[in-house]
Amino acid sequence: MSYDPPIAELDEKHLVKPGTTFKDITDTVSRVTETPAPRGWWIAFLTALTFTGVLGASIGFLFYRGVGVWGNNSPVAWAWDITNFVWWVGIGHAGTLISAVLFLFRQKWRTSINRFAEAMTIFAVICALIFPGIHVGRVWHAYYMFPIPNSMGIWPNFKSPLLWDVFAVGTYFTVSTLFWFVGMIPDLATLRDRAKNALRRTVYGFLSLGWRGSNRHWQNYERAYMILAALSTPLVLSVHSVVSFDFATSVEPGWHATIFPPYFVAGAVFSGFAMVQTLLLLSRVVYKQNNLVTMTHIELMNKIMLATGTIVGYAYAMEFFIAWYSGNPYERYVFINRATGPYAWAYWTMISCNVISPQLFWFKKLRTNIPLSFVLSIFINIGMWFERFVIIVTSLHRDFIPSSWGYFHPTMIDISIYLGSLGLFFTLFLLFLRWIPMIAVAELKGVLPQASVHHDDHAHDDDHAQLPATAEGAAE
Amino acid sequence: MSSEAIETTTVSVPDGSPVLMLAEFDNPTACVRAAEKLRDAGYKHFDAHTPFPIHGMDKAMGLKDSRLGWIVFAMGLTGFSTACFIIWYMNAFDYPLIVGGKPPLSFPSMVPVCFELTVLFSAFGAVFGMLGLNKLPRHHHPLFESDRFRAATDDKFFLSVEYADPKFDPERTKELLSSAHPTHIEIIEDTQS
Repeated sequence: MSYDPPIAELDEKHLVKPGTTFKDITDTVSRVTETPAPRGWWIAFLTALTFTGVLGASIGFLFYRGVGVWGNNSPVAWAWDITNFVWWVGIGHAGTLISAVLFLFRQKWRTSINRFAEAMTIFAVICALIFPGIHVGRVWHAYYMFPIPNSMGIWPNFKSPLLWDVFAVGTYFTVSTLFWFVGMIPDLATLRDRAKNALRRTVYGFLSLGWRGSNRHWQNYERAYMILAALSTPLVLSVHSVVSFDFATSVEPGWHATIFPPYFVAGAVFSGFAMVQTLLLLSRVVYKQNNLVTMTHIELMNKIMLATGTIVGYAYAMEFFIAWYSGNPYERYVFINRATGPYAWAYWTMISCNVISPQLFWFKKLRTNIPLSFVLSIFINIGMWFERFVIIVTSLHRDFIPSSWGYFHPTMIDISIYLGSLGLFFTLFLLFLRWIPMIAVAELKGVLPQASVHHDDHAHDDDHAQLPATAEGAAE
Repeated sequence: MSSEAIETTTVSVPDGSPVLMLAEFDNPTACVRAAEKLRDAGYKHFDAHTPFPIHGMDKAMGLKDSRLGWIVFAMGLTGFSTACFIIWYMNAFDYPLIVGGKPPLSFPSMVPVCFELTVLFSAFGAVFGMLGLNKLPRHHHPLFESDRFRAATDDKFFLSVEYADPKFDPERTKELLSSAHPTHIEIIEDTQS
């Protein structure tokens, strides 16, 4: 990463407020982990921790009584649990997109939000992994999912998309964690070197692996980072594609569609960006980091939501078109039933949140409005949850034989496990904010104007570095 | 500027450690220029320590390209072959599974798992290969004895030259470093020598 002056013709803004020094960045970011947590953090943390407790109790009850405590029934065997799984995995995608895809495209504005987004990915995938684990029913046999020798002498079926999912989500979680940790090593070293007490020095010292900023190390480090980004890019596209195969390879009307992989990936990015936006706006208020996370970031993210939301809207329209054009009566019925049947309320919630609400972002006034961005990011999160609910439940509740049609009602345990997973997510996220540099310090320093090496003789003219863009931009 | 004008301090490290001369700069450009001087003077055992990777430093130090890509490539091939092997062994050889009328070993259904394991093994190769090439984790290093060196992860830029370098000479190396306008020079010394 290096510094590029903003392009005046494109109306680009500075990535970081002009005049910010290296030390300002170190201090602003590190201080959060060094000073006592603000009251708001404690309130949020204890609330989240309570919900995590609810999650633990509900899962305990589920293990004790069995999956009958959910509202799942015979036609609707996949309900909230798989909805939650797909929703959480989808949310994770934005983190990888920001950290890997935007890195490869040299989108330097990502530097102040990538750590954040990657943390979100990992915690979202942790929440997601709970659901298939507890959905298996006989949890003590959950290890059958993995290709390990067992007493039956039988191996998993590698032709099943459910097994592909184990590999895809497992790889995704592992690679995301490695990527996150590698990106964090230099910043953990910064915290180690600032440590005032032995405990912090030991813990951050241990975690930073003895990093000493050596250029011989940076060389391999930067290469490793780029390779991980290049690996994560196809990986993130594959994960939601494989999740969509769980549906698309079945012969269920409403699921059996070739549009599913790209449609799921677009939806995943859409929901993930909404979640990043929600978290970013919240912590921007709590920690007052307006110099590092600027309006430019918020506006760019809103633009991505507009783009992906429109792709998702197009996919919804295409599903209807194909249902009519294919001439398949089951397919056609599923879609008419989706929009007008007993789950029409869910369908129209989804359309309002996912297709209509992001269209407001066409207007600059609205996409630079912070309260509105926050509200819309929540709407999109809700809409994307409903998308998965609609796909799963409306397709299952009325399939080929009308005598086995049914309706799904969630139970208290469905609701408490879902809310509990949100609690777990926020607990992990708040711990991250508290103890880990939430902004990639080393990377952000690299995009400051004074980070670039001057190719002239005024080598130590530091003031020159403070306002380069205006000077250089005007000269060009 | 002569070497006398630059403040010089000495830090002692526990016995037996290699010894270093450490020059401190307050901007990346000066650090890169100094690295170029060392490279041109034929030094090999020197290093730059910076809070973030500096564009152009590899060239200034005369470093060869990273070999990491080859490690990742080998690991990627290993991952792909591992996936092919386990699928063949588990579903076609040890316990053939006939599902959905497909042959026990059908290539299209192998693609997702082969892809995922290729990525997984490559990522392990990238991370552990990087740590291996960098000889990390290493929690002890003479540089950590210096208090000033802590700023290397904050806002200062350092060059360290090892006494073990064949070109090293306490006086001349110091003069060379001084000519690049460091803000400080520190000698990290073995207490016994």
